[in-house]
Amino acid sequence: MSAEELGFDPTLKKKKKKVVSEAPSASASPAPEKESLDDLFAGAKKKKKKTKAKKEATDDNDNTDELTESFEGLKLKKKKKKKGSKASESADFEKALAAAGVQEEDSGKLYDERQKETFIPYITLLDRFYDVLREKNPEMAGGQHQKLKIPPPEVARDGNKKTVFVNVQVIAHVLQRNPEHLIQYLFAELGTSGSIDGEKRLVIKGRFQAKNIESVLRRYIQEYVICKTCKSMNTELKRESTNRLHFIVCKACGSTKSVSSIKTGYQAHIGANRRKRV
Amino acid sequence: MSNIQNLKSFDPFADSGDVETQPTNYIHIRIQQRNGRKTLTTVTGVPEEYDLKKILKVLKKDFACNGNIAKDPEVGSVIQLQGDQRLKVMQFLVKQLGMQKKNIKIHGF
Repeated sequence: MSAEELGFDPTLKKKKKKVVSEAPSASASPAPEKESLDDLFAGAKKKKKKTKAKKEATDDNDNTDELTESFEGLKLKKKKKKKGSKASESADFEKALAAAGVQEEDSGKLYDERQKETFIPYITLLDRFYDVLREKNPEMAGGQHQKLKIPPPEVARDGNKKTVFVNVQVIAHVLQRNPEHLIQYLFAELGTSGSIDGEKRLVIKGRFQAKNIESVLRRYIQEYVICKTCKSMNTELKRESTNRLHFIVCKACGSTKSVSSIKTGYQAHIGANRRKRV
Repeated sequence: MSNIQNLKSFDPFADSGDVETQPTNYIHIRIQQRNGRKTLTTVTGVPEEYDLKKILKVLKKDFACNGNIAKDPEVGSVIQLQGDQRLKVMQFLVKQLGMQKKNIKIHGF
């Protein structure tokens, strides 16, 4: 019975280990005759225990040696029974056990090892299943894994008053949009102007942080990239030359939807210009 | 001629007058950067029937900021407020003036 328990629950085992370490002193003092009996067949056992103790000292949790472990389990079993039974009963029992000891040892060991081979926790199995699934066909795991990854905007400060948006081109490429369009939107939303430098980076006038740019980018994607019908980001922006309207053409579901053109809103005149104009 | 129904002078494609096809007028709330970390919030497209002066007065008091009304030839009257008041303005418009959230657009970062 205890062998089964031991095989199933490693935590239980550990608890019992502690009990064992205390057990000899506790059980020895009230029943001295038991000790002698104990010595008869447990001489070897004690030695083992010592080695085991040493082992524990050297590598605490790392129970690599299966043999000692299985022995330990057996020991535990015996100890436990001893402890549970009354002193008078235990003497007889010990004898019987001693007789049967060798056999049981073998069978118990075998059983333990078999348990160790077959028993894998459900959680690890489930994890493994999902790992394999994700590897082989990622669409099935999680469902919405087809979302394309947009690199986070890299934003650097250029001097005190300008912001450099380093990876506009990359982001525009990922979104399948013309960089000009994206830049136009950025300027309209941020209410500033700017230029493109030699390395095709975008220089924006004004101080902006990455998170600011990111929120604007999100809105751009929401408005000009995501297909309203199927929520896919695999879309194209086409300009109808006849009516001069922009259309989102979805490559996933084939729907088209018109989008409003980018309008720069009202700009208040700030600072020096304020009075000049009027 | 006029007895024949089909030739009556009824134009089926004429404007019936009861369809409201006028484009929804968005209220745009924008932000502009000024010198340093100072900003300016502009509110455009507030319907004519509202008294901008009164709104501005309340806004200035509520947000503890200065502001003024600018007249623009293109978009009409514009409320300007000092600082980033975008979210507060939107809440005010929705709660106090009962405007619909979908008609308000917040721009800027």
